[in-house]
Amino acid sequence: MKKEWPLWEIFIRSKSGLNHKHVGSLHAADAEMAIENARDLYTRRNEGVSIWVVESKHITASDPDDSDPLFEPARDKVYRHPTFYTVPDEVSHM
Amino acid sequence: MIKYLLQLADNALILGHRLGEWCGHAPEMELDIALTNIALDLTGQARSLYQRVAELEGLGKDEDDYAYLRDAWEFRNALLVEQPNGDFAHTLFRQFVFDAYNYHLHQALTHSKDEWLAGFAAKSLKEITYHLRFSSEWMLRLGDGTELSNAKLKAAIEDLWGYSGELATPNDVEKELAQQGIIPDLNLLKPAIEAKMSEVFVAANVGVAAGMFMHIGGKDGRHSEHLGFILSEMQFLQRAYPGLEW
Repeated sequence: MKKEWPLWEIFIRSKSGLNHKHVGSLHAADAEMAIENARDLYTRRNEGVSIWVVESKHITASDPDDSDPLFEPARDKVYRHPTFYTVPDEVSHM
Repeated sequence: MIKYLLQLADNALILGHRLGEWCGHAPEMELDIALTNIALDLTGQARSLYQRVAELEGLGKDEDDYAYLRDAWEFRNALLVEQPNGDFAHTLFRQFVFDAYNYHLHQALTHSKDEWLAGFAAKSLKEITYHLRFSSEWMLRLGDGTELSNAKLKAAIEDLWGYSGELATPNDVEKELAQQGIIPDLNLLKPAIEAKMSEVFVAANVGVAAGMFMHIGGKDGRHSEHLGFILSEMQFLQRAYPGLEW
């Protein structure tokens, strides 16, 4: 009987200074192999400078059924966005 | 010099072709891509080398003429790389032997007196370093994995061991170029290659590889029957439709 390799979630940093971003998942027997597979699957077109791998079972996800109590309350609180300030012209990158 | 560049190029092309045969057949989807990635690296290296040969010969040929229009006895690849894929353990062990040699060779070639060759080696070394890392890791996984994977790897070693010595055994071309300082003396390179191999053998729990009769001759055009089959498949299109491009 064939035993499946565990699933890993792959995060790639596209260039120094940016965050690692989730790009997908793959199968691998261990973390080292997950890095190698990720290198071949997700960076072969020059997409990255750094790879993180996390075994999928270690990720805890929010329950879609909870989305109303979790996210609905934030929807009508526009004042939480910092959009009510006037930004001086001299300040760039805001 | 041309003969030597063809040795390098033919090794890369034929091994690349063999790895390409796994495309769509590898034991895991991830391995499928890993093996074809290595195949593409090797094919790319072969292309650079054939282009350089064409430039040196100055006969107006291009890379395709060397890849597709030479017959078996004109190919100068080592016998190891033309051996059939077998199961994954065979492919992997063949790759490991080649990578261990290729890594140390290209490391030394970066100091070549030939500027082009030194540049080529420096560029390729990055790819080859990864190949060696990949195949070494897999040697450990198979050898130190289950009883079955260990047995399969040992079977592969037994089948292919006789082809492992040719790469680092200098032929006349290599002896002459070594004297001129263009390539390293393979006899001096051998201890480093063997050290790497026995390090991985021990860690992979497959014993220590020891001497045995070694097949040679591929580098001088004397091949096993397998090369003819590779070429008839690889060259079919160019032979049937000369000059075809796509």
